[in-house]
Amino acid sequence: MLDTQHEGFVTADGRQIGGVVMELKNITLRFGGVVAIKDISFDIRQGEIRAIIGPNGAGKSSMLNVISGFYNPQEGDVIYKGYKRPKMAPYKVSRMGIARTFQNIALFEGMSVLDNIMTGRMHHMKAGFFSQALWWGKASREEEEHRAAVEKIIDFLEIQPIRKTPVARLPYGLKKRVELARALAAEPQILLLDEPMAGMNVEEKEDMSRFILDVNDEFGTTTVLIEHDMGVVMDLSDRVVVMDYGKKIGDGTPDEVRNNQAVIDAYLGVAHD
Amino acid sequence: MTTNATQGALLSVPALLARNAVQFGNATAYREKEFGIWQSWTWKEVAEEVRAMAMGFLALGMNRGDHVAIIGRNRPALYWSMVAAQSVGAIPVALYQDAVAEEMAYVLEHCGARFAICGDQEQVDKVIEVQETVTCIEQILYVDKRGLRKYDHSRMNWLDDVKSEGKAGHHRFEAEVQTRIAELNYDSTCVMLYTSGTTGKPKGVVLSNRNIIETAKASSEFDKLRFDDEIVAYLPMAWVGDFIFSIGQAYWTGFCVNCPENAATMMTDLREIGPTYFFAPPRVFETMLTNVMIRMEDASPTKKRMFDTYMAHARKVGGAIMDGKPVSAGDRLKYRIGEALVYGPLKNTLGLSHIRVAYTAGEAIGPEIFDFYRSLGINLKQLYGQTEASVFITQQPDGEVRSDTVGVPSPGVEVRIAESGEVFYRSPGVFVEYYKNAESTASTKDAEGWVATGDAGFFEEGTGHLRIIDRAKDVGKMADGRMFAPKYVENKLKFFPNILEAVLFGNGRDRCVAFINIDLAAVGNWAERNNIAYSSYQELAGHPKVLETIQAHVEEVNASVAQDPMLSGCQVHRFLVLHKELDADDGEMTRTRKVRRNIVADKFSDLIEGLYAGETSIYTETEVSYEDGRKGKLKATVELRDAKVFDTVGAKVAAE
Repeated sequence: MLDTQHEGFVTADGRQIGGVVMELKNITLRFGGVVAIKDISFDIRQGEIRAIIGPNGAGKSSMLNVISGFYNPQEGDVIYKGYKRPKMAPYKVSRMGIARTFQNIALFEGMSVLDNIMTGRMHHMKAGFFSQALWWGKASREEEEHRAAVEKIIDFLEIQPIRKTPVARLPYGLKKRVELARALAAEPQILLLDEPMAGMNVEEKEDMSRFILDVNDEFGTTTVLIEHDMGVVMDLSDRVVVMDYGKKIGDGTPDEVRNNQAVIDAYLGVAHD
Repeated sequence: MTTNATQGALLSVPALLARNAVQFGNATAYREKEFGIWQSWTWKEVAEEVRAMAMGFLALGMNRGDHVAIIGRNRPALYWSMVAAQSVGAIPVALYQDAVAEEMAYVLEHCGARFAICGDQEQVDKVIEVQETVTCIEQILYVDKRGLRKYDHSRMNWLDDVKSEGKAGHHRFEAEVQTRIAELNYDSTCVMLYTSGTTGKPKGVVLSNRNIIETAKASSEFDKLRFDDEIVAYLPMAWVGDFIFSIGQAYWTGFCVNCPENAATMMTDLREIGPTYFFAPPRVFETMLTNVMIRMEDASPTKKRMFDTYMAHARKVGGAIMDGKPVSAGDRLKYRIGEALVYGPLKNTLGLSHIRVAYTAGEAIGPEIFDFYRSLGINLKQLYGQTEASVFITQQPDGEVRSDTVGVPSPGVEVRIAESGEVFYRSPGVFVEYYKNAESTASTKDAEGWVATGDAGFFEEGTGHLRIIDRAKDVGKMADGRMFAPKYVENKLKFFPNILEAVLFGNGRDRCVAFINIDLAAVGNWAERNNIAYSSYQELAGHPKVLETIQAHVEEVNASVAQDPMLSGCQVHRFLVLHKELDADDGEMTRTRKVRRNIVADKFSDLIEGLYAGETSIYTETEVSYEDGRKGKLKATVELRDAKVFDTVGAKVAAE
């Protein structure tokens, strides 16, 4: 169902990037009189790491919320897997294979790491209410399956030692990793990361970058991320969209973006004479 | 072929495996916690895995006599790769997984490894880095493929792919593997392990099948190990002890080797397995005890009182009950109640409920720590060994266990003490040679097979137990001719939970001074309790109250050292608490965590001079290495303190 009109490309490190999975066409998002996003179009390709960058207030998080279906733009279309996506509730969007992490950690603090990640499997659970309540038949069989899937992710993100630890007791960097684990547990086709490295120290950033690359490498997950740290963005992403005041001012590979005059002006400021 | 093996030709590890696959076929041979549950393999399955790997190695062109480097944490696949390498006539060489690339480079170059089998990406990266200078490595294999997909695979393979290739080509390789296994005999090399190198470069110790199998056999019989025993393999694979326990004894008796999920889950995994046979260096037992004590501090008053009462009782009679000595019926009953209320639950928490035999070695263990475990009914014993001896030189038989001796000669081992006081031994476990180092071989092992241990010791009269004083090289003389035995004093200092490490200087000087490393867990907990804020190790180490506590410890040790007329010269006149923890990454310790005295003396020479010059504070800069190999500078002002010393009759004298 992927758009076959667009050919994929091969990245410098030899990964095959496929066709377009999601296309955002002329998106405009308004809150009352405030225009958060103004006529933005770009696409997301299968298997790539796509970054959205821009100064504070540029509309990056709003853009991510449009992709995740939390906001419905007043104008423009979101074309997902070749079909125009109608207005729908965010949980339905999530069921269609889009998972996310949050800028401010949104985990269940009182629950263990394992249980938190299990919630990510929700859309894959099929047992009915009574079966689950009585823990009989399908529910218990299913649990094993889901636990196995979750354990693979725990192993992958190296969080075995904290499996049973309540989330509230974890340091910030690990919480972020647990959030990533929960998003991965949903087995998403598109993974949205809202500032995965905000507030981390250098070592935690390095770890997180490695995990993002490894996830992309191992599961081939298409990843869209918002990040402030330019060094990280340039190293991680295959293509970058640059936003400023709700408008798109650049789009391309990290090198192209780095040399784009509009981007340089937005980040470094322009002398007014 | 298997029937032949069972009939008696048990001359190699692969032959033992073939026997186990028949004799213990469906018994569990290995377990590893992965994906949250214990995955297990029977001996039959292990034999199959090893066979597939061996055939895969043939497909990659592994030759007889090739050296195969094994680098990674304890995982079944790595143990199997060792046996698979042996099956094709190659020699496994295990490396310390936490070694930095430069250290690895020396060993890989020295043994001329053609193959490197790595646990994961981290180890693969190091080997690739090493390949810039070391050209002998032709193939890298790895167990965990995470993050390695994009690497250049022209000379790199996933171990599972190698196995598949071996299986696919079994018509071509089967016969060749069997031929090569049949070629192995008692004198062929079983494994090569590098010494940790307290002084100088590591040396490659060549151990034959005879060394390993004879030692495994004798020691298994000594402790009556059985095929249903369980051990947890968590100590470095490069250490000879792990090879003897997890390969030698495991293959000889057929018991089960359990591999933890990762280093941080070790204590939980230990508890889940509940091993029956356990080895740990003193440091591990110390840490376990410290954690128990810290947690008891937080317990409710009732629980705390119960713990204190019954632990006091256990100290009084626990050891005697275990050794089968006469104990009154009332005391026995009270011990039973204690077992139900305190000892049992405590052992369960520690994962030591099922222990039949536990050993500690490598360093002296504090008598209190030792007695604590024994009083709980845990049969903790000491042994004394070396890589060159395939571990066992002496060990303590059941019922003759004490904290200050290392036991009687192990079965088949002869021990004698030279005129100089140095301990020599001769046994079937004595190593073949140091690889490519005939000179060192000759200076360590004489023509009759006696090996110098480098340790000074003596046999205790009456009991026949060996006592080790110190490394023979470290024992020296002070300026006035009195004996200088640093280890003796350092051990006394280290028995305090607050002191992690101590280094004594004084050889050829008129008095002794010491460096102290605090134990962050114990001192940190104390600080928390007393509302002392600190932000770093360095700050805590320099806190006046911490210094006062340490000073009290040092003075207590001085008082005890003064009791011994021979060693009273070793009292600590001045000391300082180091601003950084001694670390193997900085070369200050070996990978087995033994202090490299000369390097420490050299690196901190300014501090030593300051101590002798009588200064009270010194500013110093030290180079440190971070885990990723980068270097940095640590700046600190260290306070130097005087400690009270005692004369041998007990009267106080002024320090300065």
